[in-house]
Amino acid sequence: MENHGFAFLAPWLVFAPVVGLLINIILGGWFMKQPWGEKAIGAVAVLASGAAFVVSVLLAYTVSAAHGEALTVPFAQWIHIGTLELDWTFRLDSLSTTMMLVVSGVGTLIHIYAIGYMHEDVRFKNDIPRYQRFFVFLNLFIAMMMILVSGDSYMMLFVGWEGVGLCSFLLIGFWYDMDTLGRSSWANSNAAKKAFITNRIGDFGFLIAGFLMFWYLGSFQFDQVFEAAPALAHEHPGIIVLITLFMLIGVAGKSAQIPLYVWLPDAMAGPTPVSALIHAATMVTAGVYLITRSAELYTLVPQAQYIVAMTGAGTALFAATIAVGQYDIKKVLAYSTISQLGFMVAAVGMGAYVAGMFHLITHAFFKALLFLSAGSVILGLERGHHHLAHHGHGHHDGHHEEVFDPGDMRNMGGLRKTMPVTFWLYMIGTLALAGIVPFAGFWSKDEILLDASLHYPGVYALLTIAAFLTAFYMGRQVWMVFFGEARHAAAAHAEESPLIITAPLMVLAALSLLGGGLNLPFEGFHNLGHWLEHTLHEVEALPLNLQVAGISTGLALAAIFVSWWLYGRNPLKAKQPDPLKKPLGLIFEGMENKWFVDEGYWAVFVNRYVDISRFLADKVDWWFWHDIFHEKVIAGTYNWLSNVFLNDVADQKGIDAFANFLGRATQWLSAATRKLQNGFVRSYALSVLLGVVIILGYLIFK
Amino acid sequence: MVPTNFYITLSAILFATGAMGVLVRRNPLIIFMSVELMLNAANLAFVAFASQHGSLDGQIFVFFVMTVAAAEVAVGLALIVQIFKSKHSINVDEVNSLKG
Repeated sequence: MENHGFAFLAPWLVFAPVVGLLINIILGGWFMKQPWGEKAIGAVAVLASGAAFVVSVLLAYTVSAAHGEALTVPFAQWIHIGTLELDWTFRLDSLSTTMMLVVSGVGTLIHIYAIGYMHEDVRFKNDIPRYQRFFVFLNLFIAMMMILVSGDSYMMLFVGWEGVGLCSFLLIGFWYDMDTLGRSSWANSNAAKKAFITNRIGDFGFLIAGFLMFWYLGSFQFDQVFEAAPALAHEHPGIIVLITLFMLIGVAGKSAQIPLYVWLPDAMAGPTPVSALIHAATMVTAGVYLITRSAELYTLVPQAQYIVAMTGAGTALFAATIAVGQYDIKKVLAYSTISQLGFMVAAVGMGAYVAGMFHLITHAFFKALLFLSAGSVILGLERGHHHLAHHGHGHHDGHHEEVFDPGDMRNMGGLRKTMPVTFWLYMIGTLALAGIVPFAGFWSKDEILLDASLHYPGVYALLTIAAFLTAFYMGRQVWMVFFGEARHAAAAHAEESPLIITAPLMVLAALSLLGGGLNLPFEGFHNLGHWLEHTLHEVEALPLNLQVAGISTGLALAAIFVSWWLYGRNPLKAKQPDPLKKPLGLIFEGMENKWFVDEGYWAVFVNRYVDISRFLADKVDWWFWHDIFHEKVIAGTYNWLSNVFLNDVADQKGIDAFANFLGRATQWLSAATRKLQNGFVRSYALSVLLGVVIILGYLIFK
Repeated sequence: MVPTNFYITLSAILFATGAMGVLVRRNPLIIFMSVELMLNAANLAFVAFASQHGSLDGQIFVFFVMTVAAAEVAVGLALIVQIFKSKHSINVDEVNSLKG
């Protein structure tokens, strides 16, 4: 193999963060005792993640120097059984390096942000030692995500897939002993369990897909699978459909699509950097990456592609409607994330892989920006609330009664004046998400809509409505949070965040502003398309369609106008119900309550599951196994065997009786023979004589 | 020469007489005498056969028997003296303390 530039560095993608987390595990406790301890822990974590980013850049350069040719870097043998050969091999091509850059780049920025955010969070939650743990988990996540995107086979991808699921669980449940408001409760840990279990359902689908793949295609390795797939598609197209649809279940779990999206809104229980990194920018896009990676399988079965596209489009619209009715600043963004993931899944379902990846990248920028800015807003309100608690002695007594929710938009308002930096950053993120020219979100979303308008009119219609709602709920959020008057004293006293929090946001804002330049729809500017072409082979480079772009931009502007008309013109007053509540009635009720999907799942699945568990516990385990099988059958048989059979029959009537018989026989025999011993010499002499006579008689007459 | 059968017949009669005496008499002295009678019956048979076969083995055996009989009488008389001392009677029917 000739020299492949920096390819030998590939293992450091994973091991740089691992080294970071090991340092923080081993030395973190000592660091925390020093005055500069938090900075040291943060610096180690940032440097570890930053090292992964540097490696990603070098690897991307190497791939581009090799003209996009896929490089594989064997690292370790893993499983060799029969014909199964699973190795830990790093695969470097344009697709995987793109993902690496996004994960480590956005990841590093969020690490920096987290230094500032967690510094305050652990103080508001009153548990400073937990600071160390956060960065260990965060670095572990980067390592796992790198395993996911750099794997050379579906099984290596699955290792990372499970690893990021674990990190997601650990970080959603980071404040596991409280709820989002810091009250003692298991709410956060329940959210973590919900995420983990929902993902397990998806992973089950992924595993079935993997087993089918191995059974029919004989390998997990990407190139070998793709090589064998066309022949199988020719013979048994149904198998490929099954593989791709089971994979879609996995995607629905990880990327929060219908019907498994329910965990993502609850995942907001994690600290805000986690929501930004894991539940918006990187982990949840793993499903999109998986479909893009499996493009050659999906291309073989248009039926499956159609289902994927419809799933994505349906999710995009459905989640967007829920986002309209939410009051929690992070919940709105969570449903927005589900909706945007729907856009991506729809795109890759339609075969518009470049558009999907493009949107994945820009979404990582602007949604991380929005989440982190929302975190900044929440911290600002916490500071304001803290300020009140210390200075507002007048209403101190009432203060302990009232539970203040710093994430509730109904408590906000007017933050434009108190948090100007955060406001402008949020505006950039909002405009990018709403799809306004020339922000990054416009270009990527437009590319998806354009592709849909050409091939899938149904998907196009759904996505267009979703895009309208996107602009609307973001407008609603901005008017409610930043404009009008403060609806709570804490909002009035909100304070701007320090530079360590806002600086990463500025970088993300710049990326959200300029990210569209990656793939402009003009001749000669399809940079991302040409880059990914090396991996995806057939890439459609579409020129700008003024009709599609015009409709989407027009709808976005209209949505922002409507949101202004409802929320900006007459700002919400404290305790005033949402102005949409009256005109929409039941529909708003549904949006507000997430269309009762969670309740439906409870009624249909969870309660049935609980019933089955109860039945298994009470009837099968306790009644049948314990009461009948163990008590009656096993213990009963044993008791009968020991008491009745062994004791009565074998021991008493067998062994004892034999011993007693021996005793009695000896007694009887001795009683009989003692009569011979009469003490008379004559009778003994007679016996001797008789004996002699008998013996002699025998000898003589024999 | 007197035929050997005669001697053997005499020996048998003597032996039977002695045995009967041992069994029926109650005086240990008489019993001892009867035992002597049985021993001498045996001695007679030894001597008769020795003379018939022209061998000295029987004669030698008779000497042994007579020696042992003398020793036996000595031990027996001592026993009788001891029994008489403790029981003031030498009736063998009264000596039954080994009765089971």
